[in-house]
Amino acid sequence: MPSLIDIRRRIRSVRNTQQITKAMKMVSAAKLRRAQDRVIAARPYAGVLGHALSDLIGAAAGEERLASNPLLARRPEQRILLLLLTGDRGLAGAFNSNLIKASQSFVEERAGAEIAWVLIGRKGRDFYRKQAVRIVGEHIGLAARVEYRDAAAIASDAIQRFRDQEVDAVYLVNNEFKSVISQKLTVTRLLPIELPEGKPLDYIYEQPPVEILEKMLPRYVETEVYRAMLESAAAEHAARMTAMDAATSNAAEIIESLTLYLNRVRQASITKEIIEVVSGAAAGE
Amino acid sequence: MADTFELEIATPERLLIREQVNEAQIPARNGYLGVLPEHSPLIAELGTGELSYTVGPHRRFLSVDGGFVEVLPDRVRVLADRAEKADEIDMERARAALERARDRLSNPNTAIDVARALNALKRAQARVTAAGHK
Repeated sequence: MPSLIDIRRRIRSVRNTQQITKAMKMVSAAKLRRAQDRVIAARPYAGVLGHALSDLIGAAAGEERLASNPLLARRPEQRILLLLLTGDRGLAGAFNSNLIKASQSFVEERAGAEIAWVLIGRKGRDFYRKQAVRIVGEHIGLAARVEYRDAAAIASDAIQRFRDQEVDAVYLVNNEFKSVISQKLTVTRLLPIELPEGKPLDYIYEQPPVEILEKMLPRYVETEVYRAMLESAAAEHAARMTAMDAATSNAAEIIESLTLYLNRVRQASITKEIIEVVSGAAAGE
Repeated sequence: MADTFELEIATPERLLIREQVNEAQIPARNGYLGVLPEHSPLIAELGTGELSYTVGPHRRFLSVDGGFVEVLPDRVRVLADRAEKADEIDMERARAALERARDRLSNPNTAIDVARALNALKRAQARVTAAGHK
């Protein structure tokens, strides 16, 4: 039977862990709120850009130069650039491992295609570094403070590779923020761009619409990457918050059962002592 | 005829303005655009400069740099790469940047990229003028 001191020590250790998980949960909750605000703040631009883009497409529809835009070129997908967006830290439940699993099944589905990786986030980087895969880009520590220019740099690198026909398609695997308790794994094709339908509108243009469109398309890809990074940051905080909440209540459960056990052991030892005293007295009579 | 239209100014990071305005002066790439309500639809690239608009008797200023502008009869959407409201601009930093850009251009040497320096000068100038109006 373990001694009372051992059990007390165990309880104290679990309680310490519980304090840490509780603190991490509260920190994540605060960070989540900030990350959510940033997701919301970035929405108007993306929305307005989408509108403007579809108006422009309506205006430029049918023009040969639009159809031959290099960012719209469909080729058989033999070489794929895969952007994997993971977190930089662990202790977020299945957040990172789900992403890695999703990227593995993405590769399996496209057996025969040659895949080049861009790893955004430390967890994905650490995992794929040990695998025999071709890594063409690594970006660590961006999730702590998502900046538009970082997203833009990642996007323009992908655009460059696509334009140079080094790859035939660019995909992005990331977690999207759905609610505090759930994340949605998404696989998005960034390039070639799928154009939304545009309604023809009679515009005045300072420049040919196709020319403006050509400048707007890369910006569209950049905002997609930026939005994905913001979503992923929010989802990571949410996942960590949920995981730490579960850990905190698990710790409470362990403490409860250990306390019960402690009392039982204490009771047993008292009973044993009483029996010893009583039987000792009885023997002396 | 409506005497206002909705002006939206957004950067990738945030929405700066969404309000009903009477009139706006927008620095397009090939010169300033004056926009009144019921303007014909128009799309243009945004240049670098000072954007201003009026709400009733008040005139407000921003500095913008790069992006796009879409004008519709009842609304104007400005998608700026960078934008700052006049009261958010740090005047001292903007002046310092302007000085630096001027210096760089008045002492030309081969190490500088003239186009880049000119752009920096334009940006700094736009910020200083916009901030000067507050």
